[in-house]
Amino acid sequence: MSEGARVPVRRTAKLFIAGGFPRSESGRSYEVFSHDGRLLAWAARASRKDLRDAVRAARAAQPGWAGRTAYNRGQILYRVAELMEGRRAQFEAELADVGAADPRRGVEAAIDRWVWYAGWADKISQVLGGTNPVAGPYFNFTIPEPTGVVGIVAPQDQALLGLVSRVAPAIASGNTVVVIASERSPLPAVSLTEVLGTSDVPAGVVNLLTGYTRELVPWLAGHMDVNAIDVTGVPEDLLPQVEELAAENVKRVHRAPRVDPFSDEAQSPYEITALMEFKTVWHPMGA
Amino acid sequence: MSEAAEIERNVPGLALYTPRDASRLVARVTAVDAVGLEERAASLGRRSIKRGSKLWALDLAIRSMDLTTLEGVDTMGRVVSLCAKAVRPDPTDATIPSVAAVCVYPQLVPVALGEVKGSSVRVASVAGSFPAGLGPLSSRLAEIREVVEQGAHEVDIVLNRSLFLGGRYAACFEELAAAREAAGEAHLKVILEVGELGSYDRIRQASVLAMAAGADFIKTSTGKIGVSASLPSALCMMEAARDFFHETGRRVGIKVAGGIRASKQAVQYLVLLYETLGPEWMTPELFRIGASSLLNDILMQINKERTGRYQGPDYFTID
Amino acid sequence: MGEIERTATSALEQQQRVWEYATAPEARDIVRLEDRYDLFVGGRFVEPRSGRYFETINPATEEPLAEVAEANEEDVDLAARTAREAWEERWRDLPGKERAKYLYRIARALQERSREFAVLETMNNGKPIKESRDVDVPLAAAHFFYYAGWADKLDYAFPGRAPRPLGVAAQITPWNFPLLMCAWKLAPALATGNTAILKPASTTPLTALLLAEVIEQAELPPGVVNVIPGPGGKTGGWLAAHPAIAKIAFTGSTDIGKVLRRNVAGTGKRLTLELGGKAANIVFEDAALDQAVEGIINGIFFNQGEVCCAGSRLFVQESVFEPLLDKLKARLDTLRVGDPLDKNTDVGAINSRDQLRKIEELVQSGLEEGAEMYQPDCDLPERGFWFRPTLFTNVSQSHRIAREEIFGPVLSILTFRTPQEAVEKANNTEYGLSAGIWTEKGSRILWMAERMKAGVVWANTFNRFDPTSPFGGYKESGFGREGGRHGLEPYLDLDGASAEGGDGA
Repeated sequence: MSEGARVPVRRTAKLFIAGGFPRSESGRSYEVFSHDGRLLAWAARASRKDLRDAVRAARAAQPGWAGRTAYNRGQILYRVAELMEGRRAQFEAELADVGAADPRRGVEAAIDRWVWYAGWADKISQVLGGTNPVAGPYFNFTIPEPTGVVGIVAPQDQALLGLVSRVAPAIASGNTVVVIASERSPLPAVSLTEVLGTSDVPAGVVNLLTGYTRELVPWLAGHMDVNAIDVTGVPEDLLPQVEELAAENVKRVHRAPRVDPFSDEAQSPYEITALMEFKTVWHPMGA
Repeated sequence: MSEAAEIERNVPGLALYTPRDASRLVARVTAVDAVGLEERAASLGRRSIKRGSKLWALDLAIRSMDLTTLEGVDTMGRVVSLCAKAVRPDPTDATIPSVAAVCVYPQLVPVALGEVKGSSVRVASVAGSFPAGLGPLSSRLAEIREVVEQGAHEVDIVLNRSLFLGGRYAACFEELAAAREAAGEAHLKVILEVGELGSYDRIRQASVLAMAAGADFIKTSTGKIGVSASLPSALCMMEAARDFFHETGRRVGIKVAGGIRASKQAVQYLVLLYETLGPEWMTPELFRIGASSLLNDILMQINKERTGRYQGPDYFTID
Repeated sequence: MGEIERTATSALEQQQRVWEYATAPEARDIVRLEDRYDLFVGGRFVEPRSGRYFETINPATEEPLAEVAEANEEDVDLAARTAREAWEERWRDLPGKERAKYLYRIARALQERSREFAVLETMNNGKPIKESRDVDVPLAAAHFFYYAGWADKLDYAFPGRAPRPLGVAAQITPWNFPLLMCAWKLAPALATGNTAILKPASTTPLTALLLAEVIEQAELPPGVVNVIPGPGGKTGGWLAAHPAIAKIAFTGSTDIGKVLRRNVAGTGKRLTLELGGKAANIVFEDAALDQAVEGIINGIFFNQGEVCCAGSRLFVQESVFEPLLDKLKARLDTLRVGDPLDKNTDVGAINSRDQLRKIEELVQSGLEEGAEMYQPDCDLPERGFWFRPTLFTNVSQSHRIAREEIFGPVLSILTFRTPQEAVEKANNTEYGLSAGIWTEKGSRILWMAERMKAGVVWANTFNRFDPTSPFGGYKESGFGREGGRHGLEPYLDLDGASAEGGDGA
């Protein structure tokens, strides 16, 4: 071997389920190429059983995550941003591989967006919950609660910023998620799960499946133990089928606003409450 | 038995209350605020007990221990080893006291009695269809009588949760009073099984019912279900015992059992006891810890306090 | 069968059951005390133009801890102009999300250096280490964390408004929660885009100065936060009067609050006041009694009772008075009074000789007016400022100890019969900061809460604080709220009225 020609250690991109990094139980994977045709890695091609396992992990983790104080969730999310900041170089390189025009701007925006949503965890109910002045001697209040397990179909482009914009608002309130990564550009998502796996985010709060979108989406849309589905990354022609499948257990179906992801319009507390339920409680007031 | 001790103990058969009092007793038990109770327990659990005061506590923890084995596989040999450990926890150290008692299943009572003979260690037996407590009443009472006849000094029975949670307080009381009578001279401990009662209000009510029916001790858990002793549930029971003492003049003992493996936990329970019930309760006569592996952890802690070194398990016999 | 020796409870055995906790002192060496602390102005520590330094001590031992710079009128002027310039040049136009990140830095630093802050706070204030460690410091960090998240979300806090900062905020903080009050003041001020000048209490400046060091290390733009210790009457007065100040936030005594209010009249400066209290803690017969006892004890002995929202008037429903009093007295006997740095101490030192004198004077009035006093028989240290936890029974509404704020570990106990009576008596005061209600009946809690003239009502708990929860008083307990979304409002211009914010000086 000639001097200075160090052989780099290549990456293996695996699934992220219940805090661990398993391969697909099907043993399948697929090639991930850069924008200019280089082979970047093989990513797992998740199966229906992987999806089933991911939903199970998300469900198991949900009560504990929702049961944390909002402050605690906010702190944990902020720490994720700290770790992302430490991995900037890797994220930037990955965005360059997918052909992002300005990788650095993309990474900074993603980190800042994550911080933005972290700061909402302990404020949402102050802004969008409250007391209701009913006409009677009753104390009445409305509180938003996380809906439960949320399936997310990440956008095909904007592999990092777009992903963060879907995941952060979903989990800030106490939902747990099963994410189907962009098929074309899954590697930033995989790196994000590596960040999550070393953060204080409890196992099962975020689960990631890489693979073929058209395969995975119907399984997710039809799963009876998923409470809501974010269809932002679903191909247009699949949408009607997704909504039909979602009807079976009355899943909430949500899509991100179609705006420039770098703009302020792309972040909003309504992205959080779209995945929440509102509970109203009455109690008499009398000596 | 000395006179003083006689006065302290409730004379069997002379219950302070009757079954007809049971419902009223339960109804007027003070409510318990769970958040406030848990905060108080946590706050007491954060006391920093060091050096001499830690050694004092660890010594009391050993002297208050009911070294327990309640497994289907308890052979004679197992119980013989347990008793040897109970009498001499550390063969290399004569300053380590014996434990208070060994706790075994009825079949092993004669074996245990033989092994502790000549020492201060008592023999406690579970009885009364332990741990669920739902065998026919006649056989439950017969079991109690039989272990006492064989010579057991103490009997641990369970509260009938089926009756209690079903609201049948008079019947529940009656069974406890009958058990009290069947136990005769032996100390009766009533296990509330706090992990099944559902709320601290219920734990407090159950405590009162058991004490009113004549229990010598109220005990947290059987150790046979997932949830056992906790600082807040023990505190709840101690507060009940405190009020009971003020109302009747009778001191009832507290036993914590189940899941207590670390010395630190033992010390925490002692802090709770001391700051709730005071110095009078700091004796094996009124406080017990049901445990098994805890003993070795205490021995290691004592050694660490004395030598300044953290210890390893290899240096302490398993039994 | 072995004979079991049941020994009698002899006097000796009784003695042997007494458990003396060994001392458990928190190590002091985590704190690196300087001999001398300067003013923090324009992003660095500078010597005072006054050339003067005053001594600050440990009230538990009376030992001097350090010398601290005393800001005179010139120093105040420099700080005010510096803060104004910093606002215009380096802070006002910084995007909210960047301001947020500075605040997150401060929050994280407080968490990382929590032990150091807790020990220093205890040494300078006299409060037990378990309180500074478990309450003061974590809450201070939490306040910065919470408000950091608002910095770039102000549009959502005030729908239909375009909130703008005011300019320079003068913030005068008290000695009872020195660090925490700095956090309560600085966090919302900075999050909303104002710059700040902190004037910490003269008996407890040290944690504010350590916080200044944190701010220096967080590399906040210079002049955004300034810390200028000095006597309240002088330094505080000059500061409040300075024309460059757009907003004043004051926590302290009602008397000084009124002085400030008068002095600020007609200047257009915004003002919030967090003043004294004489909170009623009301216990009904159906309360969870043992937990109510904890709440009462916490209500008046937490922080030695040196708390504006202390539950200093206990109203007990007559039907449960005797058992509750018995429990209270017994509980008092278990309180551990002593070295604040000992981890097992429950009640620490009174902050100053002055404050101790005030407490003694009022307690004396209680005795003279015919109330009955109970105190546990605990030893007090030789040096330092100490007062035993105290209960008064046989108290009438008209007694001074039932009307005036004592600001010490002294509880006045009165009785009531009906909910209406409790409400009337609780509200029968010029104060209105907080109140406590103890009952298991939910509807009664809500009915009472609706009728209490108090800014904070605690039901089946007491002395609970959270950055998300607005805190502040009715009537002479002050106005304005700190904490929560409401805590942003005092630092913002919501009307577009003051387009410039204060006078450019």
